[in-house]
Amino acid sequence: MAFTLYSLIQAAILCVNAVAVLHEERFLSKIGWGVDQSVGGFGDEPGIKVQLMNLVRSVRTVMRGGCPLHVYTNWLV
Amino acid sequence: MRLRNSSMDGSDGSQLFEDTSRAGSGSQTGYRNQQAGPQAAGFPGQSLLSDPMSNLAMAYGSSLASQGREMVDKNLDRFIPISKLKYYFAVDTVYVGKKLGLLVFPYMHENWEVSYQQDTPVAPRFDVNAPDLYIPAMGFITYVLVAGLALGTQNRFSPELLGVQASSALVWLIMEVLAVLLSLYLVTVNTDLTTIDLLAFSGYKYVGMIVGVVAGLLFGKPAYYLSLLWCCVAIFVFMIRTLRLKLLSEAAAEGRLVRGARNQLRMYLTMSIAAAQPIFMYWLTYHLIR
Repeated sequence: MAFTLYSLIQAAILCVNAVAVLHEERFLSKIGWGVDQSVGGFGDEPGIKVQLMNLVRSVRTVMRGGCPLHVYTNWLV
Repeated sequence: MRLRNSSMDGSDGSQLFEDTSRAGSGSQTGYRNQQAGPQAAGFPGQSLLSDPMSNLAMAYGSSLASQGREMVDKNLDRFIPISKLKYYFAVDTVYVGKKLGLLVFPYMHENWEVSYQQDTPVAPRFDVNAPDLYIPAMGFITYVLVAGLALGTQNRFSPELLGVQASSALVWLIMEVLAVLLSLYLVTVNTDLTTIDLLAFSGYKYVGMIVGVVAGLLFGKPAYYLSLLWCCVAIFVFMIRTLRLKLLSEAAAEGRLVRGARNQLRMYLTMSIAAAQPIFMYWLTYHLIR
């Protein structure tokens, strides 16, 4: 396979964009990945799902310039 | 005049790169160089030094050069940690020989722990278990060259293909390091593995790939498969034995069976990182041997 660095950068940008457009209320809470469902992992065992939810949330926060309540898209379920 | 000026600058500026090959006598050679510098300058350029204006210009120029160098160093250090990188290249021939032997035959080695010296890991020159970046860097370049050679023997070579091979292998390396970083984050392993360490470990597979491709070029396809199999198993064992000490908890690393979901997850993680190496080795070389 002839991968180039440019295709890697393209793929990375598209993946980060995909994570950034996940809507908090309409989608993540519906499938149980909302940010309010991640508490309860005190101690040293957060678990993979909680880590993944935290990762999604931090990527979204960073991409939006640190404003977590921003209404981004209104057609994405 | 100008030639003599540049030669004098050369003897003073030879300390732009530190000499890490001799730990103790490095400072002494620096001192001796500085002593030899003004003395050598005295003999050929005496007419140059007697002129006060050129003296002033030389002093101003050298101070400007050192200021510029400091600024470049400071700014470059923000993006690429140069001081940390220097640790990974502090190798010597004995270390490289032992490490290459270990990569191809890791079965007799017993003590896999990295020795520390007051909280900092010892330089690779003094400890054969420490990761380095010299072998992966040289292995990568040699792999690109050997790939070009293999393609040339099949009349499929053109100079652009070297760049294609290099960027393709680099992309796979970056993706592997990112995947390992992501999985380390998800499993919340408390480890002192840095990104550069992971880059070094992922780069060790190039040695096995080169051995396989060269054997395939010299002796044909069965030799390629045999040597690749040998190197795959060797690097699998090498990675497991190295990562076991870094990722697993202390009890599990000593071989005792420790129950618990977290330890099991860490064991799976170590296994999958080690198993990804042979897959990549095969993937990146099979198209070179027809």
